[in-house]
Amino acid sequence: MPDQTVLSLRDITLSFGPKIIQKNISLDVRKGSIFAVMGGSGCGKSTLLKSMIGLLRPSAGEYHVGDENYWAGDEAHRTDLNHRFGVLFQSGALWSSMTVGENIALPLQMFTDLKPSVIRRLVELKLGFVGMLQAIDLYPSEISGGMCKRAGLARALALDPDILFFDEPSAGLDPITSARLDDLILNLRDGLGATIVIVSHELPSLFHIADDGIFLDARTKTPIAHGSPRDLRDNCTDPQVHAFMHRERDEEGKT
Amino acid sequence: MTDQTTTGPSAAQPADRTPQWHLQGEQSAPVMVLSGTWQARTGNIPVFPKDGLKKSPGAHLSFQTSDLQVWDTGLVAFLWDLKRVAHDAGISLDMQTLPGPMRQLLELLPEVPDDPVHHKTARTPFLETIGNHAIASMTEVGVVSELGALTAKGAVLTLLGRSRMRMVDLLANTADAGPYALLIVGIVNFLIGAILAFVGAVELQKFAAGIYVASLVGIAMVREMAAVMTAIIMAGRTGGAYAARISTMQGNEEIDALNVFGIPTSTYLILPAVLSLIITMPFLYLYGCLIGMLGGFVVAISMLDITAAGYFHQTVTAFGIGQFIFGFTKSLVFGAFIGLTSCRIGLKAGRSAADVGIAATRAVVVGIVGVIAIDAIFAVIADVLGI
Repeated sequence: MPDQTVLSLRDITLSFGPKIIQKNISLDVRKGSIFAVMGGSGCGKSTLLKSMIGLLRPSAGEYHVGDENYWAGDEAHRTDLNHRFGVLFQSGALWSSMTVGENIALPLQMFTDLKPSVIRRLVELKLGFVGMLQAIDLYPSEISGGMCKRAGLARALALDPDILFFDEPSAGLDPITSARLDDLILNLRDGLGATIVIVSHELPSLFHIADDGIFLDARTKTPIAHGSPRDLRDNCTDPQVHAFMHRERDEEGKT
Repeated sequence: MTDQTTTGPSAAQPADRTPQWHLQGEQSAPVMVLSGTWQARTGNIPVFPKDGLKKSPGAHLSFQTSDLQVWDTGLVAFLWDLKRVAHDAGISLDMQTLPGPMRQLLELLPEVPDDPVHHKTARTPFLETIGNHAIASMTEVGVVSELGALTAKGAVLTLLGRSRMRMVDLLANTADAGPYALLIVGIVNFLIGAILAFVGAVELQKFAAGIYVASLVGIAMVREMAAVMTAIIMAGRTGGAYAARISTMQGNEEIDALNVFGIPTSTYLILPAVLSLIITMPFLYLYGCLIGMLGGFVVAISMLDITAAGYFHQTVTAFGIGQFIFGFTKSLVFGAFIGLTSCRIGLKAGRSAADVGIAATRAVVVGIVGVIAIDAIFAVIADVLGI
């Protein structure tokens, strides 16, 4: 089933009190796709992501995860659905009082009945995926920002989620590390069969990995384009999307 | 043909539910046959034995996965074991015979994992630990004194107009350490006064000396209780807040930003904090005295056969101005001490969330213990001077 929809938003309005952030957001994320949420700074990309992982209830609209209406049920229902999610926060958001290994083990200890030795094995596996095995006994304060991000990714994978959310995965990383992370994301998508929603404005990375997306506009507070970043770059006629996508292309031409 | 067969541990169970593996084929070209359901969350993923491949050195191992039902990263964990054992045994894996997703995940995993970096948990001998603590404490006294000197210098420079403390900061800190603390300081001192009156009344009544409850409450509040109790409250309330705020700023690199601009932390952060406590503490002390006497008054009037005017008169004649000055001075010192130590603890803190908690706790503990210790020193001095 290549075109199965995993996440679907219908006419979602996001607001903080009376202040509307975005309205009329409708989108479908297909199973196995890498879906990019794009837009300028302050347009509400991260807010949309927050809403999709259950941290912010939209003021209007419907959000379905698979066949389930996400906001219709109670807290326990949402927690169950959240176990299908893995979230990589912008700066990793590792719990600073625990070692990297304990960070990844915590969800497994909380939500499975696995023995400590089995948990240790799974933690090593997840850290192995992101190439961080040597840091298993270190504290987050002892590793670099890029390593924090990779460890955060390993933690997001802890419960074998089938939907992954990435908030600015390559922000603050050097180009080489960032490119490696892109390859890692592609490998994990193909290997785990996961669906990925990614918030970013790193254009090279988006062109490389994303195959679907939505463009949010800060001024009209509504989405103005749908499609993969490559497609938007080549075919979109909207002046703002064009400007966003092509500034980078000019720079690519220069270098 | 099947001259070599190693079977996984769960071969006897139903074929479709449990993870199963066995090796078949010739020694030079063994085949790993995988079948069943391999899910990490079931917790029954087998471990590939370390000596599982020693019978076939230098061979080329391929996979047969046609009977595999459902699998997730649990299977990859098993394959990773296999990959490491195969590497050690010098056996090459035919990755092409694995399904694409499995191959991609397995290729991410190293054959020879790097050894985990461990913490340095060097044990220091007992005496050395004591020595280290002693040196650290002495250094800390020095650092706090230096910080105090810098803050005082900042205050002088600010007065001369050559350095800047922002009035906004001072006002905000003073409001927080003064008016907003009135309620809790009032409640605590009222109760302390009342408790003193209770204890005194029970004993003094036996000697028909009930009126001296007024003297007891008055002297106790003015000399000791009002200053100490107020300082303890402020150490918990304001000292803890200063330490938490400054250590959070440390974590956000805000202190680094101040240093780069050359804005001295002593003038910008510490001076308003210390000054606001020095300004408010004497007022809170006077307020605490009055409220404490009120607490004693309420209890004495209701329990004993004395008049309001009698209680008032007895209170006024009980202590001289010297007692007041003594308590007043103490409250000033307490204020400066709480402000300086809590700021220092905040500046010294680490950069993580846990460190903020440690800094706040330490500021409160050091504040309370320090206040009581200073009070004891004052008591000795007062005894020598005969105040």
